[in-house]
Amino acid sequence: MTGTLLSVEGVTKTFPGVRALDDVSFDVRPGTVHALCGENGAGKSTLMKVIDGIYQPDAGTVWVRGEQVRIKNPIDARARGIAMISQELNYVPDMTIAESFFLGRLPRRRGAVDWRYIRSEAKRILAEEGLSFPVNRRLRTLTVSEIQTLEILRAVYHSADVLIMDEPTSAIAYKEVESLFAKIRALRAQGKSIIYISHKMDEVFEIADDITVLRDGTVVSSQPASEITSAQAIAQMVGRDLDHQQYPKERIPLGPTAFKATGLSSRGMFEDVDIEVRAGEIVGLAGLIGAGRSEVVRAVFGLDRLDGGTVEVGGTPVHITSPRSAIRHGLALLPEDRRLVGIVPDMSIKKNATLASLPKVIHGGYAHAREEERLVGEFFAKMNVKAPSTETPIASLSGGNQQKVLLARWLIADPAVMLLDEPTRGIDVGAKLEIYKIMTDLARQGRAILMISSELPELIGMCDRIYVMSAGRVTAELTPDQYSQERILTYAMNDIEVA
Amino acid sequence: MTTKLKSFDASRYSIFIILALVFVGASFLSPNFLSVDNQLNVLRQVAVITILAYGAMTLIIGGMIDLSAGAVMAFAGVSSVMVYKDTQSLLLAVLVGIAVGVACNLVNAFLVATLHTPAFIVTLGMMLMARGAVLELTQGQNVLQLGDFVIIGQGTWGWAPVPALVLLLITAVIWYLMNQTRYGRGVYAVGGNEEAARAAGIAVAWVKYKAFVVNGVLVGIAGVIFMSRVNAGLPNAGVGYELQAITAPIIGGTSFSGGVGTTAGTLAGALIVGLLGNIMNLTGVGSYIQQIVMGLIIVTAVAYDVWSKRGRTRTTILRSGRRGEPAAAGADPGATADPPASGT
Repeated sequence: MTGTLLSVEGVTKTFPGVRALDDVSFDVRPGTVHALCGENGAGKSTLMKVIDGIYQPDAGTVWVRGEQVRIKNPIDARARGIAMISQELNYVPDMTIAESFFLGRLPRRRGAVDWRYIRSEAKRILAEEGLSFPVNRRLRTLTVSEIQTLEILRAVYHSADVLIMDEPTSAIAYKEVESLFAKIRALRAQGKSIIYISHKMDEVFEIADDITVLRDGTVVSSQPASEITSAQAIAQMVGRDLDHQQYPKERIPLGPTAFKATGLSSRGMFEDVDIEVRAGEIVGLAGLIGAGRSEVVRAVFGLDRLDGGTVEVGGTPVHITSPRSAIRHGLALLPEDRRLVGIVPDMSIKKNATLASLPKVIHGGYAHAREEERLVGEFFAKMNVKAPSTETPIASLSGGNQQKVLLARWLIADPAVMLLDEPTRGIDVGAKLEIYKIMTDLARQGRAILMISSELPELIGMCDRIYVMSAGRVTAELTPDQYSQERILTYAMNDIEVA
Repeated sequence: MTTKLKSFDASRYSIFIILALVFVGASFLSPNFLSVDNQLNVLRQVAVITILAYGAMTLIIGGMIDLSAGAVMAFAGVSSVMVYKDTQSLLLAVLVGIAVGVACNLVNAFLVATLHTPAFIVTLGMMLMARGAVLELTQGQNVLQLGDFVIIGQGTWGWAPVPALVLLLITAVIWYLMNQTRYGRGVYAVGGNEEAARAAGIAVAWVKYKAFVVNGVLVGIAGVIFMSRVNAGLPNAGVGYELQAITAPIIGGTSFSGGVGTTAGTLAGALIVGLLGNIMNLTGVGSYIQQIVMGLIIVTAVAYDVWSKRGRTRTTILRSGRRGEPAAAGADPGATADPPASGT
């Protein structure tokens, strides 16, 4: 283990139903930038959380400077010189710059916080970087890029040797990327190592010395950047072992246009998005996280504001102001975040399932318990929900079973158009297959389905057509003969428009 | 059968077991406890607080709270009394009492549901305003000599005290609203997960308005009964009642984080508090000690509520009224069955 600053050996981490990391090993040499590439769900963030001490691995070891360690928590990681600059920067908006440098370890003098020392140190750190902020400025007045810079300075000040940067350029402007890279190069020159996580291949190849590619929780390759091309890396990320047969896809004769969105835009989120879905059609919406896919369906469904554009359902223009009106117009949204926008945790499965169709079970002045039981029981059996009874609180179910209950919620509501946002995220393989079958059934019933997914094989296997989004715009519309993971990723990673 | 056993939730029934234990214990402690007179007296005494408690329960289940209940109760009760003295119409007096309760709660609802202000703060303000209003209305003087107004609080129908009958009727209505109507489902859904309720098509603001209106009606009725029972319009009545009203549902299993609670549990909680007060009176426990005991009960009940759900991501009633802000579920990556979305 000599010659490496940080080594990971045989790390395995399992979550209920998913093996997030499987025997992962890689080495970070001192004074290098080590890029970690992979699709959404490949295990990059899980791996970083293991290194940062947020997760404990089920198996495997982590070595820091040749010493085998068990990193108990992020504070322990800091003490060992590992610092995480997270994708969503964690900061207290009302804190001053000076304070933020010492957050969690405020120096004290005679029992009281030594503010004078804090301010003078902060001033010194900023001056060394040639930054001229007053140290009493509050963080909320700074830009994301400036806060990121401060986080890096803080990590280095507290003698971090390994900096983990998770998608550091996802929220900053192009010009700021240049100065970030300059900073990374300077750190590298000082002998520090950076683990750089990014989707953006051009950035990775500009900055990285070593590249490790992850797929489905395993390391596909790990080598100096000079020994691999961008195309090879992408090919390794997506893999070649997908089998179209595993998707219960049926070609269904398409009906008339059921859903049509024209010129949708929302400031700062997405712009001029056109989407059309016909009855019986399953249409995919591909793109990287942050491309604006979820934002589009949320706005269509009335959860967020829409700044412009029109929506037609079944050929009639509709004006949607809230989810309630969206449902009335025959739309349904299976949300990306089940826990935040989907389930009512303490409510029973039954009541969760009928929540979007209350008039069907409560009418004429009272709740028709038997009718409700019958309605829910029907889907319960059909979808193979695993639970003791329909009275069980939904929170006690596994993710896959919760998802089935939420699907049942919409089947009971009987919508014409279903917007499914990452319908199989966090679900084990068996439940995934069941959800695909339900989708096929829905299409056969003549419903229109718009499906967001970050799993390309799933999109390719299930969809009749795929829209690709990048940076808030639709960059491509692909038909099955044009499907390939490389092509979709290319459109998803580049803002270049191709007719 | 093992699954059946697993899903059996003992805590669902524990409150009724405790109620029974308190009842049995009290009957041993004092020979007078079981007398019909004393039992009817207990019902008369708990009626006001229990009616307020149903309002508090409704709001807490819906993820809100009402700190103005005591002050609004006094405002409504005194208004009712004054109208009765002017018009001698019992019906009109009762209606005015209810109207004042509803009006104050519509203001609460507007601020909470439409302007997304935290209910805690809004109703704290309303507490001061309603108290100020009733003191200004009466210039701080008690209104005396109410005449026939007292039959609401002191009268009987057959052998049953009127307040007990009103309580019974209200219990039935609240049970019906919470269990048999879309409104009731909406309250549970909004309190359980407001954002999910909205995404399922629940008209969240409308549900909150209705919950405050229900609370307003109850507070108004409580005010009328209270003033009638003491045979006076007391502008300083009901201080601290908002907290007593919260005690009953919390003891009865209503979760302070919203979405959970039952009418029967709240009734049981109110009866436990009422019976404990009664037996302490009968056995000569001083009122100071009684306060300590009540405080202990509240703390124990809430601690039990938190303990029984430990490890789950929780929000509390103190959260902001704005949607989407309850402590982000992502704050606790270890507590979920979902694997993390990685590589983002």
